[in-house]
Amino acid sequence: MTESPQRRRRAPRQVFGYTLGTWVLVLFLVPTAILMLMPFVWMVSTSLKSAGAVFEYPPTFIPNPVRWDNYTRLFEVLPFARFFLNSLIVAGSVTILGVATSAMAAYAFARLRFPGREALFLGYLGTLMIPAQVVIIPNFILLRTLGWIDTYQALILPAAFSAFGTFLLRQYFLTIPGELEDAAVVDGASHWQIFTRVILPLSGPALSALAIFTFLFNWNSFLYPLVVTNSTSMSTLTVGLNTLQGQYNTAWTLLMAGSVLALLPVLTVFLLAQRYFIKGITLTGIGGR
Amino acid sequence: MAVDVNRSSARSRPSDRHKASRRRTTLTAYGFLLPNLVGFLAFTFLPVLAALLISFTSWDLLRPAQWVGLANYERLIGDTTFHRVLRNTFVYVLGTVPVQMALALLVAMALNQRIPGRLFFRAAYFMPVVASTVAVALVWRWIFHADFGLLNSALYMIGVNDPPNWLQSTRWALPAIIIMSIWQQVGFSMVLFLAGLQAVPAHLYEAAKIDGANGWHRFVHITIPMLSSTTFFVLVISIINSFQVFDQAFIMTEGGPANATNTLVFNIYRYAFQFFQMGYATAMAWVLFAIIFVVTVVQFRYQRQWVHYD
Repeated sequence: MTESPQRRRRAPRQVFGYTLGTWVLVLFLVPTAILMLMPFVWMVSTSLKSAGAVFEYPPTFIPNPVRWDNYTRLFEVLPFARFFLNSLIVAGSVTILGVATSAMAAYAFARLRFPGREALFLGYLGTLMIPAQVVIIPNFILLRTLGWIDTYQALILPAAFSAFGTFLLRQYFLTIPGELEDAAVVDGASHWQIFTRVILPLSGPALSALAIFTFLFNWNSFLYPLVVTNSTSMSTLTVGLNTLQGQYNTAWTLLMAGSVLALLPVLTVFLLAQRYFIKGITLTGIGGR
Repeated sequence: MAVDVNRSSARSRPSDRHKASRRRTTLTAYGFLLPNLVGFLAFTFLPVLAALLISFTSWDLLRPAQWVGLANYERLIGDTTFHRVLRNTFVYVLGTVPVQMALALLVAMALNQRIPGRLFFRAAYFMPVVASTVAVALVWRWIFHADFGLLNSALYMIGVNDPPNWLQSTRWALPAIIIMSIWQQVGFSMVLFLAGLQAVPAHLYEAAKIDGANGWHRFVHITIPMLSSTTFFVLVISIINSFQVFDQAFIMTEGGPANATNTLVFNIYRYAFQFFQMGYATAMAWVLFAIIFVVTVVQFRYQRQWVHYD
């Protein structure tokens, strides 16, 4: 907190540029942060150990010797490259499809007057509170009837058109002042031009937040891909990890190597773009589980 | 469009033009809506309606669905496994949400100060939120391992000779899943609390200090009320998410031992995709919706008594 100079009669003692109270807080934060990071450290550590070293007591954090072959073995026992590719294709397609179509629908709801608008929007709103588990059974039956089980379209399409994205972007578009479009309207711009040249460029934060969390949610999604796939070659990473657990239930080095691989891309992107994740959450409130 | 209109109809022209432009706007609007609307109708809206119907049927997907009226819901009333599942889910929600939120507030208040390594701490607390639940559930299964797990090894070291069997114990499996979930969710609430705290005007604290209020009084009379709308939001979202717990229960314990960690969504999964009782599973899904709906409505109803918007 910044205090005005005249009120700072008795300045708190500073240690290395911070007050003593601050260092007490750090003393509380350091051990809790270590606890938060411990599972990740333990995961990486186990993934680099030999199968026998895993059962040593007391447990050690630094593997000796370091065994990288757990990772190479992973690719031999299950098609992990394929799992990666599947997750990338599914999460990527859902994100592109979802954000693009939600943005268009949101523009119609926020900026155009047309018969049926209120009723349709109410329909979108009404489904927001219905948990995914209610919809998953009829969708499974629908996909089964279409013969789509175990296909990319089954993994992608039902996940792509969430009411949430449309709702979120509509709310955001409503905060953009209409005057900004007036000049474009006077110049005879079409709605498509207003949408792509005025609204979208002004909605960067909302669009990137929605994109980040749609991707993240679908990359990490488990129940849905578990239900609509049944072959190993169509598995996403999370389903693949579950298969690995089924086959090597106590091969901890292998299981941890798989977990590290599944987490690596997401955690790397998160550490590089932390700011956007945090901003996205506070802007939209999404990302929780 | 009316281009060749003769003079006699000149009086109706403005309204015609108006109508035409309105029709054009409507077409444009549905053009914008269509891609999303088709997907929404096909994979969300119609499935919701279908789910209502399915819950009144007995359907194993091999034979045609049979209308059974309210039989599925009646069966739920007498189903002792389902009672257990409900109890587990409520225990999970009550065990996770308050602890997770209290810790998150504590950490957020610490991180709201000028502190060395602030960004590092924030990243450390937030990392589990972005991590795949399946992947971290695997490492927690390993941490909770009764004989070689990190936790019990640590407990041995500090002199606990008979630590719990965690995931194999009917008594400790659910608490283990609760601990793991608190760890995973704390960062999400922390980030929201941090944003809320940064919006509290500093002059309020200044004024209170001048009036001689101590740290606890400032917390109770400024931080808590000024943060109430954030707290409300975090509470509603956390509760909705917690009622839908699945991944942890599936990966760490498969609902066991003896249904000790069987949650609502895990039970729905079992009945739908292992026992193929589509009607019964869908009825359970509607019970889940009803619980979430009622709990959320009650929270909105009572928010006026404690939530202050400025």
